Amino acid sequence: MSSLSIRQIRKVYANGVEVLKGIDIEVKDGQFLILVGGSGSGKSTLLNMIAGLESVTSGEIRIGDRVVNDLQPKDRDIAMVFQSYALYPSMTVRENIAFGLGVKKVPKREQAEIVERVAQTLQITHLLDRRPAQLSGGQRQRVAMGRAISRQPSLFLFDEPLSNLDAKLRVEMRAEIKRMHQRLKSTIVYVTHDQIEAMTMGDLIAVMKDGVVQQLGTPQEIYDNPANLFVAGFIGSPSMNFITAEVAIDADGAPFITLDNAARKMRLKLPFEAARLAPYAGRPVILGIRPEQITDVDTAHGVAGQALSCLVDLVEPTGPDTLLTITLNGAPVTCRAHPREAVQPGQTMVLSFNLSKATLFDPTSGERIL
Amino acid sequence: MNHTLKPGRIVLYLLLGLFFLYYIAPLYVMLSTSFKSLDEIRSGNLLSLPQAVSFDAWRRAWSSACTGTTCEGLQPYFWNSIKMVIPAVAISTLVGAFNGYVFAHWRFRHSEILFTALLVGCFIPFQVVLLPMAGLLGKFGLANTTAGLVFVHVVYGTAFTTLFFRNYYVGVPEELIKAARIDGAGFFLIFRKVVLPISGPIFVVCVIWQFTQIWNDFLFGVVFASGEAQPITVGLNNLVNTSTGVKEHNVNMAAAIIAALPTLLVYLVAGRYFVRGLTAGAVKG
Amino acid sequence: MSLKDIFEKTIPKLVLGPTLLASLLFVYGFILLTGYISLTESRMMPTFEFSGLGQYVDLFDNERWWTSLTNLGIFGTLFIGFSVAIGLFLAILLDQKIRAEGALRAVYLYPMALSFIVTGTAWKWMLNPSLGLEKVMHDWGWTAFHFDWLVNPDMAIYTVVIAGVWQSSGFVMALFLAGLRGIDDDIIKAAQVDGASLPTIYRRIVIPAMRPVFFSVLLILSHIAIKSFDLVIALTAGGPGNASSVPAIFMYQFSFTRGQLGLGSASAMMMLATIVAVLVPLMYLEARSNKAMR
Repeated sequence: MSSLSIRQIRKVYANGVEVLKGIDIEVKDGQFLILVGGSGSGKSTLLNMIAGLESVTSGEIRIGDRVVNDLQPKDRDIAMVFQSYALYPSMTVRENIAFGLGVKKVPKREQAEIVERVAQTLQITHLLDRRPAQLSGGQRQRVAMGRAISRQPSLFLFDEPLSNLDAKLRVEMRAEIKRMHQRLKSTIVYVTHDQIEAMTMGDLIAVMKDGVVQQLGTPQEIYDNPANLFVAGFIGSPSMNFITAEVAIDADGAPFITLDNAARKMRLKLPFEAARLAPYAGRPVILGIRPEQITDVDTAHGVAGQALSCLVDLVEPTGPDTLLTITLNGAPVTCRAHPREAVQPGQTMVLSFNLSKATLFDPTSGERIL
Repeated sequence: MNHTLKPGRIVLYLLLGLFFLYYIAPLYVMLSTSFKSLDEIRSGNLLSLPQAVSFDAWRRAWSSACTGTTCEGLQPYFWNSIKMVIPAVAISTLVGAFNGYVFAHWRFRHSEILFTALLVGCFIPFQVVLLPMAGLLGKFGLANTTAGLVFVHVVYGTAFTTLFFRNYYVGVPEELIKAARIDGAGFFLIFRKVVLPISGPIFVVCVIWQFTQIWNDFLFGVVFASGEAQPITVGLNNLVNTSTGVKEHNVNMAAAIIAALPTLLVYLVAGRYFVRGLTAGAVKG
Repeated sequence: MSLKDIFEKTIPKLVLGPTLLASLLFVYGFILLTGYISLTESRMMPTFEFSGLGQYVDLFDNERWWTSLTNLGIFGTLFIGFSVAIGLFLAILLDQKIRAEGALRAVYLYPMALSFIVTGTAWKWMLNPSLGLEKVMHDWGWTAFHFDWLVNPDMAIYTVVIAGVWQSSGFVMALFLAGLRGIDDDIIKAAQVDGASLPTIYRRIVIPAMRPVFFSVLLILSHIAIKSFDLVIALTAGGPGNASSVPAIFMYQFSFTRGQLGLGSASAMMMLATIVAVLVPLMYLEARSNKAMR
């Protein structure tokens, strides 16, 4: 296995469009890197450049300690699993898995051994003599992984491999891939648009937008300390609440904001040093607070929260808890409450606001202030 | 879907039947005339069945009818056509396959413009290249030879075959090629092991189309290969228009059928591929 | 990058090379050459001394050329018109879930598999003034029937229309049928629910939806019409006299039989100009209508 180094990577197309504007990511040997973002973020382009399927405009890509910018895909010692699996339709599963080995002129006997081993690992031994057209989606996915594993490359690349599967299969295959990572200790770069996949599978997540890495960090880091509005809203489901309000300083010098709920005004104290908020006094900021930080008083017991009485608009039971939607300062805000405590829509309820993990964002730049 | 014959359906089938006769009539006339004697032709009419089926006209059409200065029937020209068509179809199809593969999956800067420029060759009236080509063939000693005719058909047929293959290969997913590249395969290996095995249908369409076009061609044949190497279309025209003596209509018809037989047979056997080729090329073109 | 890598990167271009070179030389190059010769005084052998547009002046002074052009106009319009009408009509008929559809289609389409020479030969016999169609009509009792179009200078070109339509209408039908089959069934069902009758559905929904097919058909038929050579040669040899001559025949006669390379080249360039003049606007209209339909 090898490490992967992406330094100052830029990609400009012939028509002048700049798809990647300077990407820097260091992946350690055996780490699972996730590139997550919406369409047009540049994540697939970056993956193709790591694979050698697209050229590098400027910057350096290193696999291990080799600079691979000018190397053909076949010389980079990588394997790739595609969204559509891309299995060779005219070959059997066995031939599909062995294809890359045949190109490298591995002896036939060794090829057969490797194929058997890989098939056993992925539990597809009974499918070895079938053609791709005769396989189900999940089976094809396994064969595609088998084809990738068989060559024991330094680096695995995954391009949205689970997008074509139904929800249940997706959950199964997610675990399968994670298990494979633990067993093989392989270095993986995985592209997805699904933030749940990103959070559950990655060691390191790069959230991308418009050709720039918005934030690079572990799942927990990104969840708790998002660098800007985009990252904060992208990761987490249901997503973080954003409330716009003006910062005010009260008589004791403590900062607070005013919340408007159903024409009633309430004060919410901000747990930050007044000195650091001074530049924003009298100006609007965006308060970011996750749904699980706004809950019923019982569930929040002990945790320092501010209790406010709010009018509930919408109630959505999910089983383990119930999502309540209230309106604060004109924006819908989602809260998580215990099903037993949840009220009916149109009624008021006392909710505890825990701001210990809250974040403040600048409305114009979207960057995090505190 | 009710199965009782509404008056609308009756009219429908009637019309279809009339058109059926319209299209079949010439074939029937050709066949029946070819089996009649000249006397019968004069005494009966187009539609009457031959009273005494005679293969005389066929024998003469094949081996002794006069086509200009020689009187050897169509036989030598039939073989000329065969000798010419097979290499022409094979080469233009193969070249088209590789070209289509490049245009579909190995695009490079300006490749789309080059493709369009190549396609222009499908649309030009060939009159506009006849003279220079005749000059070129003459210079290289290929005038009036089968090889020269094969060359011409390959040069001007490759634009079509490239179009066929490119449109077909565009339907092969890009990720398949990417996967093969990552597996380490290069340009030719990918073609041989991944693309070629799934190219069956388009090869059939292309071969049938090219065979029909080239076998049926007259213009190139009459300009570039008159004389010993001339194809059967030129032979037929000469046979029919030789003006010495009595017009032997039965021989003419037999000759026409002989000339038409190969493409008709191909059409009967593999007609649906023929149609597929026509509609695919036309609808996308 | 090693030499091997550079070689591998250029393989696609190398593969394409011969074909592109051939196209450059034998299509574009030859067109330029023919164009140049049309500007010289070449007769039996080509000369390369530039002499201006004299050949074109001679061309349009030539009565045979005008006959050819007129014939092309007559033949073109009638050939395209009838082929489209019959083709569309047959396609609509066949779209009605007919029992023997496959067999009927095969019969309507087989003429396309024939050489134009064969077609011309067959129809030349069928329209033979004394022994052909006329005799059939006489034998059936219609003794006043007179059909000498084949040898009638004024009517000869119309025989080419008859044979040409016979050969190509099946192909047009196949294209229209494919187009009809490509129309979303749900739109038809919606129209039926809205109360439209079958002819109305065809008129207001189906035929407009076939615009792209119409364009393809027009493109292909125009192309066939302008290039017509084989069919006319076999049917009338341009005759009687030159009554049914078309530009392609004019070019062949003057270039190869009458030793007037300059004039022949000029006529060839005019044929090219005609094709461009017809096809380019058609393609432009097609591209525009495609955008509008999205």
